[in-house]
Amino acid sequence: MDINWAVFTPWSSLLGGIMIGLASALLVFTNGRSAGISGIVAGVFNVKTSDLSWRLAFLLGLLVAPVSYSLFFALPESVIESSMAGLVVAGFLVGIGTRIGGGCTSGHGVVGLSRLSIRSLVATITFMVGGFVIVYFMKHVFS
Amino acid sequence: MKNIYALLAGLIFGFGLIVSGMANPEKVIGFLNIFGRWDPSLAFVLGGAIFVGVFSFKYIVKREKTLLGGSLHLSNEKSINKRLIFGSLIFGLGWGVAGFCPGPALVSLGMGSLKGAMFVIAMLAGMLAFKLVQKNN
Repeated sequence: MDINWAVFTPWSSLLGGIMIGLASALLVFTNGRSAGISGIVAGVFNVKTSDLSWRLAFLLGLLVAPVSYSLFFALPESVIESSMAGLVVAGFLVGIGTRIGGGCTSGHGVVGLSRLSIRSLVATITFMVGGFVIVYFMKHVFS
Repeated sequence: MKNIYALLAGLIFGFGLIVSGMANPEKVIGFLNIFGRWDPSLAFVLGGAIFVGVFSFKYIVKREKTLLGGSLHLSNEKSINKRLIFGSLIFGLGWGVAGFCPGPALVSLGMGSLKGAMFVIAMLAGMLAFKLVQKNN
């Protein structure tokens, strides 16, 4: 295994992960809800209005996070190598896949694994394998 | 008041995605590139989040009520079936193609990125397509 030490950031990644864990805890402690982002987004399309406000509030928080962050710290760089066509295909797959599978990196990966759910463990292993395989093909077969 | 906390949770979640490197698709693809020059950093994101999460969820599930006295709305779905595998695999393929999962894509949209916006629109289309197919079945 060839590790790219030059870009390895264990401490900031751990710190960011702890913040994600704290945010998930805050949401369930106050709203009783799982911080599964694909589920929160998809729920906006369901016409149960009593359920809508917390979803919009959470999503608004996510959307304003980079601007708020940039008031105090420099935003780290975000490099999107994918083409517009690639992004459209990828976005569609992520949208439909998370609905079929019932969750994404946050819902299954963070909340599900925190609750020691075997179902979420299976989902997390599966989407990781999907990611490993497609990146292998993109980086080592088609490039 | 509940909505203020939800907003704060979204904000802290977004900060976490930014600080951790999850909001940088190049880094996500570096993590998924296990057969090349691998960047294991993002395993620490999941580790950190779950470390906090395990104690938090254990506490709140035992308590059975939120700190504000409301009820919990957590999934108790346990089934492991073809649908779970197929959907997660499709999600993983999309995640690897662009390096975006739903949260970081929304953060990227919040940065004013056109590419992030494109991904989010396609993601919403995918979710709506699922809803339409489900309705017709």
